[in-house]
Amino acid sequence: MTAPLIQISDVSKRYDDGPPALDSLTLRIDTGEAVAVLGASGSGKSTLLNLIAGLDRPTAGSVTVDGVRVDGLGEAASAKYRRARIGMVFQFFNLVDDLTVHDNVLLPAQLAGVPRSEATARADELLERLGVRRHAKAFPGRLSGGERQRVAVARALMNRPSLLLADEPTGALDTASGREVRDLLTALHREGQTLVLVTHDVTLAQECATRTLELVDGRLSRDVRHGLAEKASTVGGAR
Amino acid sequence: MSGVGRIVRAGGRRRVQSVVMALTTCLAVSASVLAAGLLVASQAPFDKGFAKQQGAHLAAAFDAGLTTSYAVAATAGAAGATASAGPFRAVSLRPTTAEGANTGGGNRPPAGITLPPAALVGRADAGGSVDRLDLTDGRWVAATGEIVWAAGKGPFEVGDRLTFKDAPGSPTLTVVGLARSVSGTAEAWTTPEQLAALAGQAGGYQMLYRFADVSTEAQLTAHRTAVAGAVPADAMTGAISYLTVKHTAERTAATFVPFVVAFGVLGLCMSVLIIGVVVSGSVGAATRRIGILKAVGFTPAQVTRAYVGQALIPAVVGTVLGVVLGNVAAVPVLQDESEAFDTARMTIAPWVSVVVPIVALVAVAVTAFFPALRAGRLRTVAALAVGRTPVAGRGRTARRVLGRLPLPRPVSLGLANPFTSPSRSATIVAAVALGALGVTFGVGLATSLANIQEGLNRRSAGDVVAHTRMGPPPGQQPPSAPPDPAAALAKLTAAVQAQPGTKRSFTTSEVELSVSGLAGAASVMTFDGDASWGSYEIISGKWFDAPDQIVVPTAFLRSTGLHVGDTATLSDGGHSVKVRIVGESLDLSEDGRVVVTDKATLAAFGPGLQLEGAEVHIELNDGVSAKSYVDELNKVLEPLGGGADVNVGEISSTVVAMDTLAATLTVMLVVVAGMGVLNTLVLDTRERVHDLGVFKALGMSPRQTVAMVLTSVAGTGLLAGAIGVPVGILLHHAVLPAMGRAAGTGIPPGYIEVYGPLMVVPLVLGGLAIAGVGALLPAGWAARIRTATALRTE
Repeated sequence: MTAPLIQISDVSKRYDDGPPALDSLTLRIDTGEAVAVLGASGSGKSTLLNLIAGLDRPTAGSVTVDGVRVDGLGEAASAKYRRARIGMVFQFFNLVDDLTVHDNVLLPAQLAGVPRSEATARADELLERLGVRRHAKAFPGRLSGGERQRVAVARALMNRPSLLLADEPTGALDTASGREVRDLLTALHREGQTLVLVTHDVTLAQECATRTLELVDGRLSRDVRHGLAEKASTVGGAR
Repeated sequence: MSGVGRIVRAGGRRRVQSVVMALTTCLAVSASVLAAGLLVASQAPFDKGFAKQQGAHLAAAFDAGLTTSYAVAATAGAAGATASAGPFRAVSLRPTTAEGANTGGGNRPPAGITLPPAALVGRADAGGSVDRLDLTDGRWVAATGEIVWAAGKGPFEVGDRLTFKDAPGSPTLTVVGLARSVSGTAEAWTTPEQLAALAGQAGGYQMLYRFADVSTEAQLTAHRTAVAGAVPADAMTGAISYLTVKHTAERTAATFVPFVVAFGVLGLCMSVLIIGVVVSGSVGAATRRIGILKAVGFTPAQVTRAYVGQALIPAVVGTVLGVVLGNVAAVPVLQDESEAFDTARMTIAPWVSVVVPIVALVAVAVTAFFPALRAGRLRTVAALAVGRTPVAGRGRTARRVLGRLPLPRPVSLGLANPFTSPSRSATIVAAVALGALGVTFGVGLATSLANIQEGLNRRSAGDVVAHTRMGPPPGQQPPSAPPDPAAALAKLTAAVQAQPGTKRSFTTSEVELSVSGLAGAASVMTFDGDASWGSYEIISGKWFDAPDQIVVPTAFLRSTGLHVGDTATLSDGGHSVKVRIVGESLDLSEDGRVVVTDKATLAAFGPGLQLEGAEVHIELNDGVSAKSYVDELNKVLEPLGGGADVNVGEISSTVVAMDTLAATLTVMLVVVAGMGVLNTLVLDTRERVHDLGVFKALGMSPRQTVAMVLTSVAGTGLLAGAIGVPVGILLHHAVLPAMGRAAGTGIPPGYIEVYGPLMVVPLVLGGLAIAGVGALLPAGWAARIRTATALRTE
């Protein structure tokens, strides 16, 4: 049996004196899976994503990703871990408004110290592949929601992460843009990218995910594995 | 509690900003209190001391043989004095240090030394309606055999014993106290009974007067004439106007004024800038909050009041602390100043501690009012939008260009940051530039003062100075006949030249001579031997290189109206010699009544001219220990009635006071500048916290975060240094000559041009350092903030 990409063992997370955001959660996610985490607001979905990304630390338990004990990392090690292994996509894109699309995409590679020529080639490749190359010199504010999220995905993929985390990636998008992003994520998974999606969007879960987890009050209430929808999808303009 | 009150109280929850604002206000107010207090104090230190002591506008001396004490007492009424003191018996006597009482430590003379005549006055107490003396040490005379010496007027301490050999019975008196008279009415005081015993049939009376109208010399001359007319002809032997004393005393004070004013103006600019930055930033950062308040029903007036109030709370706290700190910081500085001014101890004027805080708080309120009013008038929707939608579009070109440079990305992001908020960056530049300006000015001032001190010390050149002893060797009785000074000096010089370690030497002596164009005598310092290596600092012209050439200080030239190249005449006892002024020297001694020349210049006066105070100035070979040399030389000189000391130079208390003051004000300016950067960056970092979260989520490490924040002030710091340093140099070049003019001397050009490349480069980098230190705290905060927290922040 191969080692899991993500191993969450008896993890609890409590904020101040409130009820636990996550309560003794144990979970295993393997390489190549596309996991959608569903649940109501406050169920602990985003907390789970933050713990996997090393953005936050559990109150108890351990989080191991790609062989790295994430819960014990300091800030510097945590930053290096994210650069090397994690790509993140956010609901509100979180693009830096004052940087061009191209510069936004370059950012993770630049922070990781990747040589400029290599980083530029990779950024060009991703922008081309995700269909936003023509916006490379534009600032994010001039792009549509769907285009911005494509840029965010390109940025997330810049350092070839072993794991792509997406927090409500279609939550701020209109229907058409949402569909674009769903198709993009599905295609990425087909290409072998491991995905963990936090979403309210049942359609996204159904179309992209091979497995659906449902959290209720910080506990895992449902874990369903299913095949990818038999649906053709495209990745931008370049399949 | 009203809604507005709650909002005002809630402002305190923005702890970092409130603390920064309170501290900045505190520092600005303390600097302003100190600067304004010192300005007030330095403008009229003499007047303060004079008023406190009820100083004498006129101190008149009367011949006891030509008038009576009753007649002298009646002069007060005759001249229309508003107050008077006396008549006191007065006499002029030469004190001799008594055997076995004086330690001879420090600058104090050993036993058996007879000093110049001193004016002694008999007074029952130190108080009275005129010339209330301040006891600076010990106590007032209580019995015969006791004397109080004027502080700073002689080398004595409490416990010293002095014999007055010219007085009947040669009595010996013990110094029981030191006292300060701003009016300078005497050099020592004793009981009336003791004074009568000292004076015998000699001496006279002293009468002190205060008048209502004394603003001009003419008015004082009229009073003086009235006093003289109230006693028999020629009975009044002299009178000193307080304006003469004031002019002499204020020469030192006036020297302080130019640079204290410079620092005061700098402090004021800094205060206005920082308060403006803090309050505008505070209100600006709260705009979205204002939108929320308006959405829940606050009126524009309530919003305006709330935010002016929020600015005032930390400002009041800072102001109160600032007043206390300013007053505390002033204590040592004013103590130094009061010593330098030769006046009684001074404090910050109470009105300064009232007016400065009021002005500061009004400035805070006015500065806060306009942005608060603007915020109050904001449309609710627009106010709510601010903070949620970042203002974008500025600095994009800079980011793009800098992003192309081969620099680590956090560095290029940081360097581009100032372009996104030009007005905020401008405030950082202004704050750091003022700080760099202050440091440049302060460092230049300290360097120039040190050079001037060194230049003044060249009046006594050499590593070692040997001299003929004024008294007998320790343990020996004074000789019955005075020794031959010329013979003693010849032996001394021969011994010095024979001493191993001597590289070269020359001899100096002094004599009082009349100089054409100068009322009274001048001290003529003669040089024997090659003195070119130990010449005075020359301001213009050159050091003498032949007989009949003289070098004189600036004050001499001003007093006589002569210039370098002119001819003067030295005369004494029917002899005279014409000399040419070849140089203007840096010398503040004896009010400029000093002439320096070759010994051969005085040959025309013949062998009868008695030169005194002979000293041999010795330069040692390289590597020779001055202390060991002196120890060995003294073994040879002591049997000859001479001695030698290591020449350590002097440190003027005025220079020390100036250094202290300049250092204090410079440090304050730098701290306030750093606080300005800190506050601005705290605001900036908080506004960009979401971007920070994004960067960190993408893998920006804490070290990269610190680098980004620190480099965000690197450009502004360097720019500020590049602006502040040249302006500081210009300020220094303007202020130092003004200080010299006030002190009555020119300043050698080399002492003004102190800014070499080795000094300028670090000073420019100092701007970077100020900005960097100010940025450290926000950088640390940015590095520590949890990524998830930053991402959640709107």
